Amino acid sequence: MRPLLGYLDALGPQAQTILPLTWFTLGVSVAVCVIIAWLLWVAVRRARANGGALETRAVPIERGANGINWIRTGLVISAIPLLITLVWTMVAIASISRPRQHTELAIDVTPYQWWWQASYPGQEPTESFTTANEIHIPTGVPVLMRLHGGDVIHSFWVPKLAGKTDVIPGQTNLAWLQANQPGRFRGQCSEYCGAQHAGMGFEVVAESPADFEQWRAAQLAIAPPPSTPAQQRGAGLIVYRCGLCHQVRGTAARALSAPDLTHVMSRRTLAAGRLINNPGNLAGWIEDPQDIKPGTLMPNQYLNARELSDVQAYLELLK
Amino acid sequence: MRAADLRTPAIGIDSVEHQARLLRLWETAPGLKGFFGTVDHKRIGIRYIVTAFVFLVLGGLEALVMRLQLAGPNLSLLTPEQYDQLFSTHGMTMIFLYASPILSGFSNYLWPLLLGSRDMAFPRLNALSYWIYLAAGIFLYVGFLTGNGPNDGWFNYVPYATRDYNPGLNEDFYSLGMVLLGISVTVGAANFIVTAMRTRAPGMSINRLPILVWGTLTASAANLIVVPAVSLAFFLLWMDRQFGTHFYEPAGGGQPLLWQHLFWIFGHPWVYAIVLPAMGMVSDGLPVFCRRPLVGYAFVAMSTVATMILGFGVWVHHMFATGLPGLGLSFFSGASIAITVPSAVAVFAWLATIWLGRPVITTAFLYFSSMIILFVIGGVSGFMTASVPVDWQLTDTYFVVAHLHYVLIGINVFPVVGAVYFWFPKMTGRMLDERLGRWNFWIMFIGFNLAFLPMHLTGLFGMPRRVYTYADNMGWNTLNLITSIGSFVFAIGVLLLFVNVVRGLRSGARAGANPWDGPTLEWSVPSPPPAYNFAVIPTVTSLHPLWDARLSPSATASSLDRGMLLEQGKETIGTTSLDATPDMLLEIPGDTVAPFWVALGASGTFVGLLLKNWGLVSVGVVVTALAVLAWLWPRRALGEREVAS
Repeated sequence: MRPLLGYLDALGPQAQTILPLTWFTLGVSVAVCVIIAWLLWVAVRRARANGGALETRAVPIERGANGINWIRTGLVISAIPLLITLVWTMVAIASISRPRQHTELAIDVTPYQWWWQASYPGQEPTESFTTANEIHIPTGVPVLMRLHGGDVIHSFWVPKLAGKTDVIPGQTNLAWLQANQPGRFRGQCSEYCGAQHAGMGFEVVAESPADFEQWRAAQLAIAPPPSTPAQQRGAGLIVYRCGLCHQVRGTAARALSAPDLTHVMSRRTLAAGRLINNPGNLAGWIEDPQDIKPGTLMPNQYLNARELSDVQAYLELLK
Repeated sequence: MRAADLRTPAIGIDSVEHQARLLRLWETAPGLKGFFGTVDHKRIGIRYIVTAFVFLVLGGLEALVMRLQLAGPNLSLLTPEQYDQLFSTHGMTMIFLYASPILSGFSNYLWPLLLGSRDMAFPRLNALSYWIYLAAGIFLYVGFLTGNGPNDGWFNYVPYATRDYNPGLNEDFYSLGMVLLGISVTVGAANFIVTAMRTRAPGMSINRLPILVWGTLTASAANLIVVPAVSLAFFLLWMDRQFGTHFYEPAGGGQPLLWQHLFWIFGHPWVYAIVLPAMGMVSDGLPVFCRRPLVGYAFVAMSTVATMILGFGVWVHHMFATGLPGLGLSFFSGASIAITVPSAVAVFAWLATIWLGRPVITTAFLYFSSMIILFVIGGVSGFMTASVPVDWQLTDTYFVVAHLHYVLIGINVFPVVGAVYFWFPKMTGRMLDERLGRWNFWIMFIGFNLAFLPMHLTGLFGMPRRVYTYADNMGWNTLNLITSIGSFVFAIGVLLLFVNVVRGLRSGARAGANPWDGPTLEWSVPSPPPAYNFAVIPTVTSLHPLWDARLSPSATASSLDRGMLLEQGKETIGTTSLDATPDMLLEIPGDTVAPFWVALGASGTFVGLLLKNWGLVSVGVVVTALAVLAWLWPRRALGEREVAS
């Protein structure tokens, strides 16, 4: 099984530039350890005695060879991989600090304790939308990530595509992502940011440009009106309770301090990558988020069974 | 200068009457007064060592609890908040309350003995340094035990550490505690530097300093430069939190990155400060068991200094992912790669010393020699993170956790335990058990590698640092379980050290002055050394005064039995910085409780600041001022006199 956050399989040009350098430095490192361990082992095997103070005193002192050649030889041999690494590092920094081709698409990413907001700006306000914890990109082209500091420092990391870029309040860091093939790539906050740092994941979904445009068009749509009585009661609850923090475009729930729920059911995961998005998990999360992610800023809702099923009925609509 | 101030110290040989006279002058009074008033560097050194080991145990227990929580996925032994305080307190404890003080302890104990002096240059400052360290340790742990431990990691990034996100007292305890601890480190560093420059035995020119002295001297010089940066950083944080200044707050024009620069300008040199003296222990200890002098003494000494100088230019490698411009990153990347070179000098010097010597395997030797490979493993993983693009993937994963533990355990704990086996006989007059020592070593060595070698892979598989739990499907389960098992094995190894120490104190074999047939001055005095260290001040003519007769029979040997008697008061000899020619009699101040009261007053002040109780702050300041006054009250006896030549 390939670890979800492992970076020894690279699937985008940045990660692919870094990986050979990683293997090279890792190879040099392992070789150095093996050589030194062998030298040490052979040297210790030549020991005159094995014991304590008595055995130590019994071996006479001698001046011995001066041994400076060891240091000289060691340094000359070490210098070679060091110089190669130095040059390779400079070249790699230059080649990945900006994409090789112009970026058409820019996404504004703002992490908060403990979730990721992604805004897709369009030419017009009606062509812009905001989503959370699932960032879609088209394959084959570099996408600019404008990383805006929200509350505390977080770090944006999608290991299979690129290295980390910190997101720092008061500044906007730029990063770019490119995926060669369609796929889902796990991302994770990698700067400690408080209680749910561990639970601050996200997914990057790379899809063909056509699929991406289709997804984008779907995301632009506002929430459909509730039809059944249960959905209507659910919509009311959502506006009056969830709407204090969340947004459902097309309703009166317009707060922006938690993930946008307009198309929540189109997302694969819930709670910043913590749960698979299915009805059972959704209900469990709404009922008792503090159990699933202790410390999360979403309070427990204490809904009764009917209220919960109403809310669920409405949320099912938000595809 | 009055003529009466000029005196030529008498030269003579040791005698029973002379020793009795010195003992009357130097011995600390029994009872509480002596306990709180002693300025004897040996007692202070042992206090440092014992206190630091207590903190090592506390930090270790914290680690074990965390390893239980991480032994499997989705465990809930700890809440996130508990876990966060544990990992923060663990880091704080190990780095600030163990790793540095343990080395200060050994250096405190050993320096005057290595240098042929009767005490440190400023014995009272030495006592103050210890008392403040103890006070700061207690202060920080009171926070932890009342649920107000640091909770933002040892490097404590803002804005998470600011009041908006961290309203409790946690960060106030940490900030003020660190400022308090900074006082201890600063006065300790100043003391070490002056001691090394002024109190060496006649003839111990700068090229005859033991490497341990080079290590601590270099580290002290660095600390004097960088500790103000971190004290300032924590003070500004406290101001931001309590008085609404905006040093770190972007909304008020502040800069979160200011914290990172101030912290790492301190933090990286500090990492070298807590390994260089330990590397010095290996450089001095290993040759004794190889039965020959260290290969490349001058290279190793200079590489110590070079490491530190380069160490000032690498702090940004902790900040490669913060969005700094590529050109700047390249410079720091280059410096971080270059710093490998002086480390390589030390490694090859040690290897050559074993290879070209006649090694005798003892427990101390096992610790010193195994440190070489642990150092190399910690070094090469550091070299990997020095490459910016590689670091963009590695940073903040368990790869870095593995790296820093190879550095701190490999280059600090292993040499320190080796040093315990090596110098315990000197400190107590009794030997540690070598058989138990072998168990001690192998269990620690195997446990450590079992815990931390697989952790590199955990990091390559992407596990982020500082997570209180992880999901089942990430591919980290087995590796974490192995690490947890390894950590407990390691802990058993550490426990055996304490068992051996207790047994050694009770029933260890008598050591004699020089059980290992070592070359340096500390082995020329009885074990444990008398309060005055040296009955006569030795004169040295080489790096290894006790091996002179065997290594260079034709040259003038160091004179250990005949030298300055200095028996007219608490005196030692002051010598010039480079050549160590005597130029001044140093009057060593007597025991006093003033440093204890200064520390008590300062602690009161800091508790007052924490509680914003200005009454308590005032009392603390007044007590401190009175104690300083008592300390500095001029006494005729303390005038310095030129040596008549």
